[in-house]
Amino acid sequence: MSTLALLARNRLALAGLIVMGLVVVLALLTPVLPLPDPDVTNTGNRFVKPFSEGALLGTDHLGRDQLSRLMWGTRLSLAVGFAAAAIAAVLGAAVGIVAGYYGGRVDNLIMRGVDMLMAFPYILLALAIVAALGPGLLNALIAVAAVNIPFFARNIRGITVGIANKEFVDAARLAGMNDARIILGEVLPNVIPVIVIAMSTTVGWMILETAGLSFLGLGSQPPQADLGSMLGEARAALITSPHTSIVPGAMILVIVMAINLLGDGVRDALDPRLRSGALTRPMAATLVRREGPVPEPVGDDVLSLRDLQTQFHVKQRVYRAVGGVSLGVKPGECLGIIGESGSGKSVTALSVMGLVASPPGVITGGAVHYKGEDLVGAPYGRLRDLRGREVAYIFQDPLATLHPLYKVGDQLVEAIRVHHAISNKEARAKALSLLRDVRIPNPESRLDSFPHELSGGMRQRVGIAMALANDPEVIIADEPTTALDVTVQAQILSLLDTLRREKGLAIVFITHDFGVVAQLCDRVAVMYAGRIVEEGPTRALLEAPAHPYTSRLIACVPELGGGKRALHAIPGLPPAVDDLPPGCAFAPRCDKAQPACREGEIALETHGARKLRCLFPETELEGRA
Amino acid sequence: MGRYILKRLVSAVPVLLGITVIVFAIMAMIPGDPATAILGSYATPENVEKLNRDLGLDKPAVQRYFIWLWNMAQGDFGRSFSLNRPVLDEVLDRFGATLVLAGTAFVLCSVLGVAAGVVSAARQYGLADKAITFAVLLGISIPSFFLGMMMILIFAVELRWFPASGMWPIYGDRTVLVLMKHLAMPALALAVVATGVVARLSRSAMLEVLRQDYIRTARAKGVPERGVIWRHALRAAMVSILPVLGIQAGFVLSGAVYIEMVFQWPGVGRMLVDAILKRDILLVQGGVVLVAACYVMFNIVVDVAQSLLDPRIKT
Ligand code: SF4
Repeated sequence: MSTLALLARNRLALAGLIVMGLVVVLALLTPVLPLPDPDVTNTGNRFVKPFSEGALLGTDHLGRDQLSRLMWGTRLSLAVGFAAAAIAAVLGAAVGIVAGYYGGRVDNLIMRGVDMLMAFPYILLALAIVAALGPGLLNALIAVAAVNIPFFARNIRGITVGIANKEFVDAARLAGMNDARIILGEVLPNVIPVIVIAMSTTVGWMILETAGLSFLGLGSQPPQADLGSMLGEARAALITSPHTSIVPGAMILVIVMAINLLGDGVRDALDPRLRSGALTRPMAATLVRREGPVPEPVGDDVLSLRDLQTQFHVKQRVYRAVGGVSLGVKPGECLGIIGESGSGKSVTALSVMGLVASPPGVITGGAVHYKGEDLVGAPYGRLRDLRGREVAYIFQDPLATLHPLYKVGDQLVEAIRVHHAISNKEARAKALSLLRDVRIPNPESRLDSFPHELSGGMRQRVGIAMALANDPEVIIADEPTTALDVTVQAQILSLLDTLRREKGLAIVFITHDFGVVAQLCDRVAVMYAGRIVEEGPTRALLEAPAHPYTSRLIACVPELGGGKRALHAIPGLPPAVDDLPPGCAFAPRCDKAQPACREGEIALETHGARKLRCLFPETELEGRA
Repeated sequence: MGRYILKRLVSAVPVLLGITVIVFAIMAMIPGDPATAILGSYATPENVEKLNRDLGLDKPAVQRYFIWLWNMAQGDFGRSFSLNRPVLDEVLDRFGATLVLAGTAFVLCSVLGVAAGVVSAARQYGLADKAITFAVLLGISIPSFFLGMMMILIFAVELRWFPASGMWPIYGDRTVLVLMKHLAMPALALAVVATGVVARLSRSAMLEVLRQDYIRTARAKGVPERGVIWRHALRAAMVSILPVLGIQAGFVLSGAVYIEMVFQWPGVGRMLVDAILKRDILLVQGGVVLVAACYVMFNIVVDVAQSLLDPRIKT
């Protein structure tokens, strides 16, 4: 979308643009409008109220026409403000480009100076400059422009450094272009948007600052008046004739507000990060918009997913991340969910406790039953109560998933005290025993460590301890060993296995690595493009994979628990889940694909203990139900 | 920690020197004969000659700078001609009033700004968010001096809730309560713009943090949403909010100039404006150097607070 169109879509920015346009046009027209001379005094006619005959906005303390003075003052304020912005932008850009382009010692020296200037409160700096040059509008303009130069210089230097190291600049240098031509031809066009953003966000300030200096009597000198000095002169009569103050003050407010609105719009339109709408905050629980009937709980699984559907709604597009997944896990059992990244396995896991980020995530169908209770339809309070207490999570990268600013002990204590009304001391004792449970050496001193002070393996042990804090029934582990090296990975896996046996935990283990599954899981479900394509006991599946995708995954395992190398060997990419082909989603990458595979929906069929979604399996499975 | 504070204090020395260089360079821009400019209407031949001798104005600039620096190091900031007293005495007399005003405004803008930003982010796109966003826009667009004047009209003249000007009543007790009554309007007027800036930044810092993985962890633990926002997210967001609070400290400290004029507050700002109008250059010079130095020192406090807040910073 073009910048202009974006700007127009932002209604507030548009309002700002219109108001600003009006003010500018009026200011430009002022000399030709039939207005009385703004400087002609008429002391017999002082402080006339607004809306009087012949003086729409009244007169001031010298009987001068307020409307006329307002128009001329606005003209002057705008001119001075924009001039200051332009000067600051040009000089600041020049300084910033020179520093960023040449780098090295030049850069160092210039930026030192800039930092020094920025160590000054800038109004103070402006006052010092005016003090040296003497009061006067031109000097105020110089002062305001000067104090804003460092801001422009620093911003533009940052961008220039990035550009100066790009290939096309190198190419231009090699082609024998001189620096001046490169700067004007290659660098300048790229920094212009930044200059525009910086100007649009500061011109309002500059108008305010020059008005401020004039208000103090250090800017425009009588009889000439800008908005600031009008306000300054009116101050003496504030109480008796407030209109003489309100008129110029309100005008400054209107102008600066319009500019700020416009500036925000310009920034939003030019700043790509904001354009994508990336800065939305995930809500406390995933949005649920369930269509269709809610499945009833079946069987004796402690946790069971029934036809779960989770989608991402981004603008007009719908990504079906989880397209109807049914799974179950019994107490003491470990279920593996395996697939490539983007297969929907993590989203499936996060959907259970409503932890999928919303926006953009929406659960659109199915149910999650915990001991027969539907969690998808549960109110937030109930969900929160179960989180961590009954169903706990272990996440992938504990450096990112532990809070960086709290001590490990405090994070554990919090996990306990959220669900149990016990004293801090008791909770700390419990935290200590948790660290022992996960075999952390020197647990007493580790309680007072920050996450960044621990090794990756230790951090993940803390992550596991936190999950165990409230003796949950189910643990959902989302690739907990992916960020770790192989030895540590093996240790963590055996720890989880021991804990499971000791405590009778049900574990749902998300991974992309069949080696890991083989070590830990009783059963495994293979996911592809948001759906389960094969499921069964780990051993049976490993020995005789039926789905072509499963056999490829297994073939990719370099050695048991081999870690990250897996999966790269499968040719082709997983499909984008917003645009699934009809029929088998794996067909584009499948050697055995036939026309029939692409024709229609292929069901997940049960064969004894195994399930399969494929028309031409690698192994024929017995006992089709 | 003690060593870190010491390190920051040492690193402030070049910044302080840089400030003196900048002030000196600015004052060197004075057009015409400096002694005449400094003395203004007091420029009798005797005075000019005396000042030339005192400040070494006949010497080259570099030498003059060091003389000035050496004098300041000894606490001699020169003599104000318009007031006929030492610059340092005058500035110190008025500094307390400015600190009270700016300090109160700083606390106001920090507390109100952060709170508004957090609420705004937690209720993104909700009614509270929209209301706060609009209030913030209004706040950063209104000139503080105009706002102050309007406050006087409404709360002092119309409603008679607060006194219109000054720090103390001419007659009567000087109690904290009396001070607070005088302080309320000027501190609020001074804080409004900074509050808006802080609120804006806090909102975006919170939105950034709320998308982090450790927030999801907190939710997975079952931490109530209030705890997620105020304990987990705000703590992390403070790391990027704190430096902005440091900048706002400079803003309220120097922006106090306008407010002191509007409310007749007996601080350094009003003294500076008077001094500029009277061309009392030495008074301006001394006042500017001292206020800027105060700001530099405050930023050390901010740095130390930052290191306490974020254990990842090497101390
Ligand atoms: S259904 Fe067809 S295309 Fe899909 S995996 Fe089986 S054989 Fe391959």
